[in-house]
Amino acid sequence: MTPPAPRYLPAGESALVVEFGQTIEPAIHDAVMALDAALAQAKLEGVRETVPTYRSLVIHFDPRRITTAALIEAVRRVEMEAPTRKPPTRWRIPACYDAPHAEDVGEIAAILGLPETRIVELHLSAVYRVYMYGFAPGYTFLGGLPEALTIPRRATPRAPAPPGSLLIAGGQALIASVAMPTGWYGVGRTPVRVFDPHRERVFLADIGDEITFERVDRSTFDALSRAAESGELVARRHAVGE
Amino acid sequence: MSDLAEPAVQDPAAPRLRVLRAGPCATIQDGGRFGYLRYGVTPAGPMDWAAFRTANLALDQDDNAAAIEISYGGFELLCEGAPTWIAFAGGGFSWRRDHAALPPATRVLLRPGDRLSAQAGSFGAWTYLAVEGGIETPPAMGSRATHVRSAMGGLDGRMLRAGDLLPARPTAKRDPAFFEAAIEAPWLEKNGRPLRVVLGPQDDYFTADGLAAFFCSEYRLTPSADRMAYRLDGPEIPHARGHDIVSDGIALGAIQIAGDRKPLILMADRQPTGGYPKLGHVIGADIGRLAQMRPGEACRFTAVSVAEARAALLDVEEDVAETPSRLHILRPALTSETLLGINLIDGFVDALKDPGPYLSGCDQ
Repeated sequence: MTPPAPRYLPAGESALVVEFGQTIEPAIHDAVMALDAALAQAKLEGVRETVPTYRSLVIHFDPRRITTAALIEAVRRVEMEAPTRKPPTRWRIPACYDAPHAEDVGEIAAILGLPETRIVELHLSAVYRVYMYGFAPGYTFLGGLPEALTIPRRATPRAPAPPGSLLIAGGQALIASVAMPTGWYGVGRTPVRVFDPHRERVFLADIGDEITFERVDRSTFDALSRAAESGELVARRHAVGE
Repeated sequence: MSDLAEPAVQDPAAPRLRVLRAGPCATIQDGGRFGYLRYGVTPAGPMDWAAFRTANLALDQDDNAAAIEISYGGFELLCEGAPTWIAFAGGGFSWRRDHAALPPATRVLLRPGDRLSAQAGSFGAWTYLAVEGGIETPPAMGSRATHVRSAMGGLDGRMLRAGDLLPARPTAKRDPAFFEAAIEAPWLEKNGRPLRVVLGPQDDYFTADGLAAFFCSEYRLTPSADRMAYRLDGPEIPHARGHDIVSDGIALGAIQIAGDRKPLILMADRQPTGGYPKLGHVIGADIGRLAQMRPGEACRFTAVSVAEARAALLDVEEDVAETPSRLHILRPALTSETLLGINLIDGFVDALKDPGPYLSGCDQ
């Protein structure tokens, strides 16, 4: 599929939004990530950092060194060079779906009219893609949740879900990195620390990486939690296509 | 991160600043935490960058060195151990060394036993206390900026409080090249001009009437104003296409209009991504003026082009860079008359009486 033609939208004098669409779709996100990779290679004058989201790439830049108009021209040239992207990493992430880590599975099952075991099977069946980070450091927003697990957000947020919570709502999935109040539902919990400022690899996954979950029981969860606490990644990785 | 947990080295002969009193929201800030926005890390940094840099430049040092950001809740500290140079700049705060009043932007030498205090004055919500060499708390992910919500940076990722000891460096400055000085910083003065806004990226999510309401009305800052966002109250700004968008990035000064149809402007502690339509961005040159508003104060907005916004930013940066050449020897006994004579702060300008030159698009 041809990548959609982007719109260039200023966000003040120090940021430029390159918007590829307004919906959540793999093709749109592919285009965002292709431009992100191309800009990382091109090292344009004045570009400070880029932030990929579901449907746009935000370029934060130093207006002393480049104007918005000049940046748009430079980005257009970079886009035409059609860079090659390195294949994303796929992470296998252990997840526990047993009490007390699966607190909302019963409620989700009741709302969706499915057996509890089916909720867990569905969550385990998908290959997720890291679409973006938001909310808080390491808060990982995933696409790829099976449609059968589409459930509206709670009307009012609830007490904070603990770090490592696997949450779903609005057709999306996420991994919580820190305890935050949320209107999302918890299906399980991973011992993996997607954000650990004391670890060499501070953030587990890059945007564009793929994630699958691997079921573990409570005693394995506890053992892996201790390993994660001492700085181990606990998640396993392999390049997609291997 | 190797730089995260190392304790600051404490030399017993080095100066220390002991916090005696800290109003809410006093934190350590440097230029901000950059390079990790894509991972959801908030940049933090100063609310009023021009004031923050002015304080550092008055000490002839890196304009992003870590300093203390003080809110209108006030602050008081005691110098211990050894002398150190400090400089402060910001809103029209009332500063005192022991019992002597100091101008709102000043550089002085603190000696052991000196008490320095700040309290809210004629205007403004934030002021900055820079310390010679910068405050050397341990950096987190490359920055000393405090972000309280993620408990990162500063002193244990939290606001400052009474009893805290802040390490400083033994002074390397010598008289007479370095003298106690009032900083003449007209760029920090209050003015009633409208805040300038670059439209987009989602200005097409609003009706023409909605945009007209925003640019032709007065908005008042509500008490819901902190380092993350300032909520304003005023005429509603109706959406043309609903208020939910798929998340995209957020830059400083983004004007979000959510379901309540009122502006929420994202400040230093903004999240790097978010999901409400953004009508526009308050430009970098004016973000400090917005930050310095107190709840209850009113403002107006006017649209400018990106080129105008860039030119305005470069102008302010040029002004701020002049700080070292705008230092005037501080008179030892400062009276209110001499303060007025220096004319550092003109005081209030009525926002309604002085709409400024930018309101061309509205029928007054």
